[in-house]
Formats: sequence, C-alpha cells, structure tokens
Amino acid sequence: MSHTTHDGGVAVSAIPSPDEGLPAAELAAKYGLAVSGARPSLSEYVRQLWGRRHFVLAFSQAKLTAQYSQAKLGQLWQVATPLLNAGVYYFIFGVILHASRGLSQDVYIPFLVTGVFVFTFTQSSVMSGVRAISGNLGLVRALHFPRASLPISFSLQQLQQLLFSMIVMFVVAIGFGSYPSLAWLLILPVLVLQFLFNTGLALIVARMGAKTPDLAQLMPFILRTWMYTSGVMFSINKIMEGRSEIAVRLLQVNPAAIYMDLMRYALIDGYGASNLPPHVWAIALFWAVVVFAGGFVYFWKAEERYGRG
Amino acid sequence: MAEQNAEQVAEQHTGDRRPTVIADDLHIVYRVNGAGGGKGSATAALSRILKRGSDDAARGVRKVHAVRGVSFVAYRGEAIGLIGSNGSGKSTLLRAIAGLLPAEKGKVYTDGQPSLLGVNAALMNDLTGERNVILGGLAMGMSREQIKERYQEIVDFSGINEKGDFITLPMRTYSSGMAARLRFSIAAAKDHDVLMIDEALATGDRKFQMRSEERIRELRKEAGTVFLVSHNNKSIRDTCNRVLWLERGELRMDGPTDEVLKEYEKFTGK
Repeated sequence: MSHTTHDGGVAVSAIPSPDEGLPAAELAAKYGLAVSGARPSLSEYVRQLWGRRHFVLAFSQAKLTAQYSQAKLGQLWQVATPLLNAGVYYFIFGVILHASRGLSQDVYIPFLVTGVFVFTFTQSSVMSGVRAISGNLGLVRALHFPRASLPISFSLQQLQQLLFSMIVMFVVAIGFGSYPSLAWLLILPVLVLQFLFNTGLALIVARMGAKTPDLAQLMPFILRTWMYTSGVMFSINKIMEGRSEIAVRLLQVNPAAIYMDLMRYALIDGYGASNLPPHVWAIALFWAVVVFAGGFVYFWKAEERYGRG
Repeated sequence: MAEQNAEQVAEQHTGDRRPTVIADDLHIVYRVNGAGGGKGSATAALSRILKRGSDDAARGVRKVHAVRGVSFVAYRGEAIGLIGSNGSGKSTLLRAIAGLLPAEKGKVYTDGQPSLLGVNAALMNDLTGERNVILGGLAMGMSREQIKERYQEIVDFSGINEKGDFITLPMRTYSSGMAARLRFSIAAAKDHDVLMIDEALATGDRKFQMRSEERIRELRKEAGTVFLVSHNNKSIRDTCNRVLWLERGELRMDGPTDEVLKEYEKFTGK
C-alpha cells in the first residue's frame, strides 16, 4: 500500500504547465503567497495591534466582569476587595507592628492604602502577564491576532481594577483630611506612566512564561520580596534614617517605590516633596519608556513561536 | 496510482490554477512538559532537572511528532476534505495552515490569512450571549460596525431566542446544544478567503444541522478554498472534491473524493 504522495507537486506535474517542477518556495513567490504564521515587521505588528484595539478593550472588560459574575454582591466586590485588603494591612502593620514610624496617623493610613493599591496594580499585572500566553493556549491556537493583545489586555484589566480601588483611595484620603486639590491632577500622569511600565513588564514575563510555565509558581515569591523592599507599609526615608544616602537612593529608584511615592505625593496633604528622591519624574518616565519599549520588542521577537505546546 | 489521482484532480482545474495554500515538507512537533520519565512524582521531576542534559528528553519534555513531512498544493475553488483516524494529525495540520502552530521544519505558504472556524476559545461562560457575540466577533477581527450590522443575523441564525430571551443570560445557563449553536453562529458570521472547518457540522439538532450545512455552502462560495475535517464520510462526499488522507501524521493519499474514500473505507474495514 503506497499511495503516499510525498511530492507536493504531483497535482501540478500531471498537466504540462509553466509551474511544472517549480519548487514550493518559487511557486509561492510566483503567486504572491506568504509564509503562514511568519512574524510581521515591527511597524506592521503595531498596525495590526492597533486594528485589534477594540478586542483588547472588550477582552479586558469581559475578564473584569466575569470575575465576580457568580457572586451575590456582584460588581460591588470590585470595591469591597481592595477595601478589605487595605483593612487587613492596616490591622497588621498599623495596629500590631506600628510600622507607621515617623508618620502621623492622618498620613499613615492613606499612605498605606495608596501603597497597597498601587503596588497591587503592578503585582497583578505581572501575575496575569505570566499566564497571559500559557494560560490561554486554547485562544492562541484557535484564532489569529497579534499575541501582544493578551498581556496588554490583562494589564488594562488591572488598570480598570485600580480605577475601582481609587474610589476607596479617595474616600480614605478625604476621611483623613486630605481634600481634593489641584495636586490630585498629578494622579493622571502617574497612572499613565505606571500603566506603561506594568504593560512592559507583563509583556516580558508573558514571553518568559510562555516558554517556562513554572515561572507562574515562582513569581509570587519574587513579587512578595519586591513588595517588602518597596516601602509599601513603611516610609523608606524614615526607616533608613541615618543610613548612607546611596542606600536610600538605591531603594528609592525602584520603579514600584517611585510610582507609589508619586501617587502619595499627589494625593496626601502631609506627604510633601521631601519624601521624593531628586529627579523623580524623570526616573518615572525613564522606567515607563524603557520597560515598555523593551518589553514590546522582546515580546514581538518570539511572536511566531507562541502556541507551541 | 498517485499519478492517476493527481491527473483527475488536475483535470478538474484546467482553467485558472491559482494556488492558495502550499505546504512544503511540513513537520509539526508538540512539546509536552512533565510527561517524560513515566513517574510523575516530585523527586522524579527533581532528578530530571538535576540531570539537566541539553536535550529535551533528559529534561522530561516529551516530543509528539504530530505531522511528518506533509506536502501538497491547494488551488482556488477547491473544497478539500481531511480524513484519517483519531490522532492522525488532521486538526494539527489545519492549525499549521492557519499559522497558529509554529512549524518544526518545512513551510506553509498561503494567500491571505486563512481562518479556522473556531471561536470557542474566546468566549466566556460567565458573560451573556449578547456580550459573547460581540467579544467573539472582535476576536475574529471584525470591526464593531460589522458586528452591529450582523448582530441580529447571528442571534436569529443561532435560534437562541426562539424559546424566550436567552441571549441576555450568561452562557453558563445554556444547554450544551444551545451553546454550541451560538458558537457556530458567531464563527460563521465572518467571510473568509481560505476557510477551515473542524468538525463543526456535528452540533445542534437536525434543523440546525441543515441550516449550518447551507451556511457552509454559502461560505464556500465566498471563500477561495475550503478545508473540512470530518469523520462523517457522507458530509465529506457532499461538500468536497478532493480529499487528503492522513495517517500517523503522514499524507497517505491525495486525490479525488471518491477514490480516496473508497480506499479509506477499505482500510477502516467498512
């Protein structure tokens, strides 16, 4: 039994045709056929991604809604979850451990709540980024779209989640005497910069997670270490008092600390510019641009390989 | 025998013979983590990592060679059936043609972007049917306007609303038949250049099956080339003029429907 036709040109060779004996690559070139699943150029990739912007947004909103759709309180959990989170951190670090060192109660509570929410934004973007490809292989193998849509969509979902948390943040800030002022407008650029940074990071870990799914198991430990060194529950300035300037600055240029401190500076009256490292906006911009651009290119370089088992 | 088949296929296309899909010695390999070494225990995994050899086998990654050196040329206007026993690589081959699975070796050249009729993965059970129609359409690359235009058509075609206002309920509340009908309706709403259908005809009740077969014929008219995977020889006979028979990832036969099916039926002992 040997009906196998290993030679792809059989159908062609049957009748005398100008295509006869043409190797596959030349036949493809002659009729303008392109390699299926090849990686597009970077500009073409950006164009394709822009074409899918509605999908990216709809997918992130769908994920957000689906999250609490089975709960009785439904979308109320969008606000209740961050509130409970802040409550737990306040109980442990504010009441039991007195981590407020050097900050008055009126400053410390909004300080802590802002820190927790802003860090959670980065943390959950990274966590969902790791699984963006490896956790959605079904989608990747069924439909054709720029794969960067997935990590970007997940970061966008976290941004929307943060916007819900901001409601709690505003209430807490006002409750402790920080009233809305012009400085609150600074929140917008901080959000944009942090979103860019998070998305870049999500793109990087998405590619790594696609190759090594084990990273999803490892990531919580890395992120927790990052959290405790970023000054979420304590002020880096105050806790490092008396140490060398370089050590303080090194801790402060950490992107997570930068975005947290900028947000606190914008939101809280008693948290002045003295708490910020020099050139803070330049550093914030630097992290956002470098990590986003680098992450995007790094992710795009493996575009044609996503989806292999 | 092969030459004879080819001749007959060729005769049907003496006119415009424009290739739409060219597969050139295509190999697809899946890598499966944690399936090697037989033992799944933690210590076994640890010792595998410690062994650390540079080859995949030593690290507990098993390779599954799903498609082995398949070559063919598909032309505009052809409807090609893919047959073969379970696990012979049919679906994998379709995904490779669609550019969704990276090739280990060899290449696939296509005219335009082939699309796989499969939107299931983008849908979410916790969302309403309504939102899933929009999400699925966007995932397939339709614009919001196109979806708005087609929305009523999709809902009517699925017949979801025949028994009450179900489209505004979450999809998890649907019966499996209803969900399958909605999925097919969303997937079939888009026009395609090269269309690939993977066992889509088997869903829904008799009435819906007739409706979907008709829709497939419509799609065929619009599409340049249609690929159909099916275990139903009758639906292959009804819709295809050429058949590729895959067995263990190799192309066993390629020719006109009747001849290949005859050999295939002999092989499967029907």
